[in-house]
Amino acid sequence: MTALLQALRRLPLPRSVAVPSPSVTAALPRASFERARPLELRLDGVVKEFAGRRVLDGLDLTVPAGQFVAVVGRSGGGKSTLMRLIVGLDRPSGGRVLVDGRPVSGLRPDVRLLFQDPRLLPWQRAVGNVGIARGPGWRERALAALDDVGLADRAEEWPSVLSGGQRQRVALARALVSNPGLLLLDEPFGALDALTRQEMHRLLRRIREEHGFGAVLITHDVAEAVALADRVLVLREGKIALDLDIGGPDQRPDESAVAALEARILRDV
Amino acid sequence: MAGGGKGGGVVRRAGEQLLPWLLPLGLLAVWELAAATGWLSARVLPAPSDIALAFWTTLLDGSLPRHVAVSAERAVKGLLIGGGLGFALGFLTGALKPAEILLDSSLQMLRNVPHLAIIPMVILWFGIGEEAKIFLVSIGVLFPIYLNTFHGIRSVDRGLVEMARVYGLGTAALYARVILPGALPSILLGVRYALGIMWLTLIVAETISASSGIGYMTMNAREFLQTDLVLLGIIVYALLGKLADTLTRWLERRALAWNPSFHTALETAS
Ligand SMILES: Nc1ncnc2c1ncn2[C@@H]1O[C@H](COP(=O)(O)OP(=O)(O)OP(=O)(O)O)[C@@H](O)[C@H]1O
Ligand SMILES: [Mg+2]
Repeated sequence: MTALLQALRRLPLPRSVAVPSPSVTAALPRASFERARPLELRLDGVVKEFAGRRVLDGLDLTVPAGQFVAVVGRSGGGKSTLMRLIVGLDRPSGGRVLVDGRPVSGLRPDVRLLFQDPRLLPWQRAVGNVGIARGPGWRERALAALDDVGLADRAEEWPSVLSGGQRQRVALARALVSNPGLLLLDEPFGALDALTRQEMHRLLRRIREEHGFGAVLITHDVAEAVALADRVLVLREGKIALDLDIGGPDQRPDESAVAALEARILRDV
Repeated sequence: MAGGGKGGGVVRRAGEQLLPWLLPLGLLAVWELAAATGWLSARVLPAPSDIALAFWTTLLDGSLPRHVAVSAERAVKGLLIGGGLGFALGFLTGALKPAEILLDSSLQMLRNVPHLAIIPMVILWFGIGEEAKIFLVSIGVLFPIYLNTFHGIRSVDRGLVEMARVYGLGTAALYARVILPGALPSILLGVRYALGIMWLTLIVAETISASSGIGYMTMNAREFLQTDLVLLGIIVYALLGKLADTLTRWLERRALAWNPSFHTALETAS
C-alpha cells in the first residue's frame, strides 16, 4: 500500500491551470499545488430574517482577495447563518452577497465551507471522502490533498478509525481539493483538544501560505482569532461591532500586543 | 515436567473444542438407543439412523433435491418480487414527501393485516398454483423491507446531505453515494427480518396447498405415516433458514465494513 502511494506521489499530477512559478515550487518540497486565485468577498447591507426575527441586520463588509478574517461573536449571533449565505446554501432576506464581484447565485467549487464537525461519509475511505465530487483524475488529486494535510499514509482508512484531529484534516483536504479561492471555516477546531488545535493552527497557516486563498474563520476563541487572522470582526446584534486590523502573516503582533488585542476584542463581544 | 504440561494443554484445548458437542451427541445416542430397543415408537419419533437413511434414499432417487429446488425457487421469486416492490415503495416514500403522504398511511393499514390470514382468499384467486405461494411470500416480505427502507432513507444524517450539496453532488450522485449507503444498514436489517418471514410463509403455504416442495413432501409423508420423511423435511427447512441467515450476515459484513461495530466481526472472520 505505502509503495503504491509513493509510486503515485512520484507521478506527474495533472494540473488544470497554472504551472507553479519556480520560487513557489522551491518553497514547497511536498505536493506542488497551483496557487488559488483568491476571491474578494463583499456584503452589501445584508439582512437575514427567520420568521420575522432579524438575525443579520444590514451587514456591510469588504474582505479583499486573499485576506484572512476571523469573526467572533456570541452563540446564536448569526455567524453560521452568515457562512451559509456566503457559500450559497441560503439566500439573504435583503441586501447582496458578492463573491469575486458577482452576486452569489448558488454553490461554486472555488468557495468551500468547512463545518464544525468533519461530516465525513462513514462508508467512504479517507481518499474517497476527499474526492467526494469525483470527476476525472479525482483520486490523484485527493491523494495530493491528503499529502498536503499530512495524511498520505492514512488514505485508505475508514473515518471511524481516525482521531478527531485527523478527521478534521481529511475534511480540510476535501475543501482544498478543488483549489478554493475563498475558504470558510465555521468553528472547525471547536471540538478538538488544545494540543491538536495548535497543530491544526500551524497546518492551516502553512496551507494558507501555500495556496494563497482568502478565508473567513468563525471562532469562539479570541486567542485563536488573533493567532490566525489578519483582521478580526466582532459580530453583535446582527451588526459588525468591531473591525480590527491585526496585520498579515509577515507582521504578526508580539505577545504583549496580542494580549492587548484580545482584551480589546473581549470587551466588544 | 515441561513436556507433560504441554501435553496437558493440548488435551485441555481438545477438550474445550469437544465439550459443546457432548450434549447433542449424547442425546442423539440416547434417542437412537430408545428407538432401537422399541421404547420410542417410530410413529412418535423415528430413529436418527432412519432419518439419515431417508435422506440418503430421497437424495438418490432425486426427490429431495427436486423438492428443495422447487421451494427455493418459490422463496427466491417471492423475495425478489416482494422485496423489490417494498424497496421501491420505501425509496419513493422516503425520498418524496408527496409519495409519503399519498402512500404511507395506506401501507401502514395493510401492514396490520396478518398476511397468512388471507390464505383462503389467495387459494380462491390462484388455486394451488405457483402464483399462490409466490404471492404470499411477496406480501410477507414486502412490509419489513418497505418499512426499513423508508426509515433508513429518512434517518440519513442531514448534515451529510448538506455537505454533499456544498460539494456539488447532483441528485443521482447524492442518492448513490450518500443516501443509499446511509440507509443500507437499515435495509439489510429489513432483509434479514424478511428472510425469516419468507421461510415461515413458505412452510405454511406449502403445507396447506401444494403438489411439490418440502412442505408438500412432509404433508404427503404424514399421510403414509413416514415420520422419518417428516422430520427430514423439518431439518431441511431449518438448514435452509440457517443458510439464508448466514448469507445475509456475510453480505452485511462485506457491505458494512466501514461500520465500527462490524470491524471485530471482520477481523475474526479473516
Ligand atoms: N433555518 C433556520 N430557521 C429558523 N431560525 C434559524 C435558522 N437558522 C438559524 N436560525 C436562528 O438564527 C440565529 C443565529 O443562528 P446561527 O446558527 O447563525 O448562530 P451562530 O452565531 O452560528 O451560533 P453558534 O456560535 O452557537 O454556532 C439562532 O437564533 C437560530 O435559532
Ligand atoms: Mg454556528
